[in-house]
Amino acid sequence: MQYSASVGVRRHVFADLKTLLAKASPLRSGDLLAGIAAASEEERMAARIALAEVPLMHFLQEMVVPYEADEVTRIIIDEHDAAAFSVVAGLTVGEFRDWLLSDATDGVALAALAPGLTPEMVAAVSKLMRNQDLILVAAKCEVITRFRNTLGLRGRLAVRLQPNHPTDDARGIAASMLDGLLYGAGDAVIGINPASDSLPAITTLLHLMDGFREQYAVPTQSCVLTHVTNTIRAIEKGAPVDLVFQSIGGTEAVNSSFGVTAAILEESMLAARSLKRGTLGDNVMYFETGQGSALSANGHHGADQQTLEARAYGLARRYQPLLVNTVVGFIGPEYLYDGKQIIRAGLEDHFCGKLLGLPMGCDICYTNHAEADQDDMDTLLTLLGVAGINFIIGVPGADDIMLNYQSTSFHDALYLRRVLNRRRAPEFEEWLEHMGIADYHGDLLPQTEQQPLLAMAGTNWGAHA
Amino acid sequence: MTKNLCTPDPWTRLRSLTNARLALGRSGVSLPTAEILRFGLAHAQARDAVHQPLDVETLAHAFQMAGFTSLCVASQAPDRASYLRRPDLGRRLAPASASLLQNVATSPLPLVFVVADGLSSLATHSHALPLMQALLPYFPELRTLPVVIATQSRVALGDEIGQLLRARMVAVLIGERPGLSSPDSLGIYLTSGPRVGLTDAQRNCISNVRPEGLVYPEAARKLAFLIAGARQLGRTGVDLKDDSDAPGIAQSPETPVLPANEAPSHHTVCAI
Repeated sequence: MQYSASVGVRRHVFADLKTLLAKASPLRSGDLLAGIAAASEEERMAARIALAEVPLMHFLQEMVVPYEADEVTRIIIDEHDAAAFSVVAGLTVGEFRDWLLSDATDGVALAALAPGLTPEMVAAVSKLMRNQDLILVAAKCEVITRFRNTLGLRGRLAVRLQPNHPTDDARGIAASMLDGLLYGAGDAVIGINPASDSLPAITTLLHLMDGFREQYAVPTQSCVLTHVTNTIRAIEKGAPVDLVFQSIGGTEAVNSSFGVTAAILEESMLAARSLKRGTLGDNVMYFETGQGSALSANGHHGADQQTLEARAYGLARRYQPLLVNTVVGFIGPEYLYDGKQIIRAGLEDHFCGKLLGLPMGCDICYTNHAEADQDDMDTLLTLLGVAGINFIIGVPGADDIMLNYQSTSFHDALYLRRVLNRRRAPEFEEWLEHMGIADYHGDLLPQTEQQPLLAMAGTNWGAHA
Repeated sequence: MTKNLCTPDPWTRLRSLTNARLALGRSGVSLPTAEILRFGLAHAQARDAVHQPLDVETLAHAFQMAGFTSLCVASQAPDRASYLRRPDLGRRLAPASASLLQNVATSPLPLVFVVADGLSSLATHSHALPLMQALLPYFPELRTLPVVIATQSRVALGDEIGQLLRARMVAVLIGERPGLSSPDSLGIYLTSGPRVGLTDAQRNCISNVRPEGLVYPEAARKLAFLIAGARQLGRTGVDLKDDSDAPGIAQSPETPVLPANEAPSHHTVCAI
């Protein structure tokens, strides 16, 4: 279907919904790279004016990626909940923005609506929203998930402790893990990105984390972020797998480039649940995503990267994940060029994910070839904190020495807790107090050599003064 | 007078176990001034490293002195600024480079090595040749295979290079994005059946090759393991698992991975 908007004497025409969405999207290098961005600022606004008039119903008729050609589209359409959608079925995209911002629309209404929304509807409305709109609406949402603790409660913020080491050295990883725990991080998950995909190496890391968790009764979960097929193998060999990790994208083609299908994800979820390791819940999946992955894999079908990112969430939600992490600045400047683009994308991803009912976290990050620095990360960190992000990443000193990029530090999380009064997951908070790491208010306590975790380091890893 | 403005962390000894920024202490809940400055300097140096061009002449000479035959090619990205914004240009050969490879292509080759600048020419300059030398015990015929030095190159440039040279596999040795603590990390991407249009699911990767990371002999052992596995399996990618660390797998450098008279059967290539 063709769309158009008139600006003075000029009439802007957009060939189809996919084109309209791409032209309406805020400027970013990835859409320029794909050759689908608006040619001028006026064209971008004309696209938004036209997009505001499109009925939400129409998104169920015109596909951005063809139904026949794409598994993700089939999942989005086949699993759409028409009853949940009926509340907003009469609205246009522009009216939907007003509805979302309305005082009458609260978190309960948004949670009920989530299964009735498609990723394309959510992406579309985000393109009409300013940063503050993305924050305000996301802040209404509360998405709670459970495995060994409770994540996503209002007023709470969790941290994934990411103790990576360039050669998977067990003592090096354990040292970073200890540093993070002593800074009160690790309630979302203790998750290692392994340097090696070798099954024995992965199994060693799983046992390292699980042994530690059991010894100190830490109310959290662990994960080695390897390919889903490796995790299935690890489960088959009896390794202590809490969560299944996988990178996913918004089209069948990008997922194929990741070596994954919906069926493999389903199989892995059932395998992890069969272990019954979660004490409070069975949210066993951990997904990572990021704008630009589909273009990077040449699987974008001419759609803009923000819409495709939202489609990845459309896939993710059918597996009831514990954590969904948009790794926003990792992909590089060819997709998100600078701090401004990274900040906007982080807010869009969090908004779209939350609206679709997902427990969104964000790896607030950048690489050394992007035009960004720590000041940009501070800005995004603060904005996402206000928006009610479920979790962020914690890396010693914000410097990931294995993946070679800058994320957020343990100190960054403490900053957010301090200025926004965000507490940790309740079970983890209790454990920190029990261990003498934090006080009743969640503030860190000064430590001494007598701290039990440090005593263990001396005994087990030979890390003596 | 000593001013105790910061809260120290009594676990500085853990720093001996990793290069991660541990036990930084805190000013309130924030980073102490000394760490803010140390981090800022490292970031400045990493930013500078991204823009340093690869000294192709010196590198080609070094390979020649070590008994290797090298060819030099360039991608379609004319400069660093274009390279950073247009990865598609970094994945395709400049027309002159494509012609050069077409002209030198003869009979099918079992394996071609591409030495590429990627995002850290420092890594390529420092580690590509020592890694190739560490591979010699596994590959008696290594010096008969061409080494292609590529500039403004992404991993996938190896696909076109391998295709033009009729290689059954390509190994791309390429500078990884520089980290604050590792401005010189080399990555290896192994791809079977190189041809334009492959995706990363069809490759295997070995990361962080450098003296402070994965040392040359270890990287060579892993690469030899993957090459042997790819030959046996007939492909690279997610189906080829790196089980080189499994107990009982004692890869010996005395066992050549590719026999000297290897007949055509499959391909190898790498890309970023």
